[in-house]
Amino acid sequence: MHPVMSPGAGDPIVVAEDLTKVYGENRAVDGISFSISSGESFGLLGPNGAGKSTTMRMIGGTLTRTSGSMRVAGLDPAERGPEVRAHLGVVPQQDNLDEELTVRDNLIVYGRYFGLPHSYLRTKADELIEFAQLTDNARAKTTALSGGMKRRLTIARALVNEPRLLLLDEPTTGLDPQARHVLWDRLFRLKEVGVTLVVTTHFMDEAEQLCDRLIVIDKGQIMAEGSPRSLIRDYSTREVLEVRFGAQRNAAVVDQLADVATRLEVLPDRILVYTDDGEAALEEISARGLTPITSLVRRSSLEDVFLRLTGRTLVD
Amino acid sequence: MTDTTHDLQRLAASGRVPPPAVMAARARRWGWWYYVEYWLRTARAWFQSILIYMVGEPLLYLIALGVGLGTLVDNGVGTVDGVPYLVFVAPALLISTVVMSTGGELTYPVMAGFKWDRLYYGPHATPVSPAQIATGHFTGVMLRFTVQATIFWGIMRAFGAAPRGVLISALVIPIGVLSAAAFGSVLQAYASTLQDEGYQFAFVQRFVIMPMFLFAGTFFPLSSMPVYLHWIGWISPVWHGTQLARQVTYGAVEPLWLTVLHVLVLGGLTAAGLLWARHNYTRRMAS
Repeated sequence: MHPVMSPGAGDPIVVAEDLTKVYGENRAVDGISFSISSGESFGLLGPNGAGKSTTMRMIGGTLTRTSGSMRVAGLDPAERGPEVRAHLGVVPQQDNLDEELTVRDNLIVYGRYFGLPHSYLRTKADELIEFAQLTDNARAKTTALSGGMKRRLTIARALVNEPRLLLLDEPTTGLDPQARHVLWDRLFRLKEVGVTLVVTTHFMDEAEQLCDRLIVIDKGQIMAEGSPRSLIRDYSTREVLEVRFGAQRNAAVVDQLADVATRLEVLPDRILVYTDDGEAALEEISARGLTPITSLVRRSSLEDVFLRLTGRTLVD
Repeated sequence: MTDTTHDLQRLAASGRVPPPAVMAARARRWGWWYYVEYWLRTARAWFQSILIYMVGEPLLYLIALGVGLGTLVDNGVGTVDGVPYLVFVAPALLISTVVMSTGGELTYPVMAGFKWDRLYYGPHATPVSPAQIATGHFTGVMLRFTVQATIFWGIMRAFGAAPRGVLISALVIPIGVLSAAAFGSVLQAYASTLQDEGYQFAFVQRFVIMPMFLFAGTFFPLSSMPVYLHWIGWISPVWHGTQLARQVTYGAVEPLWLTVLHVLVLGGLTAAGLLWARHNYTRRMAS
């Protein structure tokens, strides 16, 4: 096999340099550079419209870039699109399964696009259906599936060519918590056997669950890069105390809290008190006679990192 | 459940998949056909219901216009173009019905591919190219028209409406498909430029397809219309197809240059429409 086609674990499988996409006046992706290692689980975290999906499509070469360079398995997707896409499994943001076909037929049809023979696809479809936990629905029309089942089928479909790199664009958007956990479990298993995952998401918990390393994107630019843990360490405190004094009073009391916290964020409905010891901060606040209506101590999350970096929450 | 690491490893890398370069090479060569395969698989779902329509439509047309109206015409003016009215009108009806079917096959389904169900974006993420998706969709529809034209021709034979020899009159099948290709490819290309379907497809149906049906020498020779309406025939694939069809089904006579021109017009429109569609698909899907 060609050496470029099969780099070992740890070698970069995607390398983007100064990647840019401009639509008219809008710089959807504005000169970002990143590198993804083989076997890694890599996240692109940002709000809607940050440029995540645009970046994803440029990896697969289904969207032409304005400038910059991109290499996937050593190949330029703009020039060698079919070769690059033969390496990839793609899970798009919106499902595009053919709902009139059965679960099984959706897999077989898709496998044919890779030139895979029917003899291979017949057994592969069964394995994938099992993996997606859809055995009871194999011969049902896709339209009869729930949202979570369709999502699992889309992921199974993306695995038909045994890709080394799986691109997942907002994989769990629109799913209920239980369906999300089932899906994460399936993705974990793939990662365990060495499939490289690239995940875009605007869910903090998803990024923290799935990603070894991520970039935080806003307005087409990289705001920060690192593991979820290191980002929280660098841009936030260990704990966060959330206090509510009522919409009218929040602004009035905030000045009195300044010395309790490493940092404060005032949101419309609550104040976030960044501190390494939330309980101690709450006691101190109470000792000052400022009794909040509600209070909550939690661990810092990527949401806090994003807020710190951009001044905005991720999901409005 | 596929829970063991061994099963998972086999799922992720069974060793039974060819190298990506091989998959890409196959797709470059056969991608359009893979899309046809997909199209045929979806066709299974609706083929039975459409089969009734493909048999019923020629029966109704030939009975109503050929036998019913034909009796009246034959009793009044005798023959048209030297043959009974049924024989005159039947090949034109075959061409018209097949061409008119493009109005359903290469309009809304194209919109479903780009927008409503985003069906084109599945293969777009694979080694198959947008131009191949355009060609594949077009080819699948042409296969359907081949079946439709064959059934129509069979019913014409049963009615005695295609009196020339079996082999020569069977040429009406490829002529019908070519006529549908000429109009359908352009329609597919046009449909692929639309972001939203407002009134456009209904407009095409009423003001393009219907006039082609009514004024392109279907029910009466183009020459019996006022000269200032002849242009509708000349620009219409239905007329060019009908004129060819009449030659093979009952031996209508035309100068050779005109026969060649019919083929060139139909072939040229097909090629131009398909190139335009492939271009549109490529541009639209890469932006």
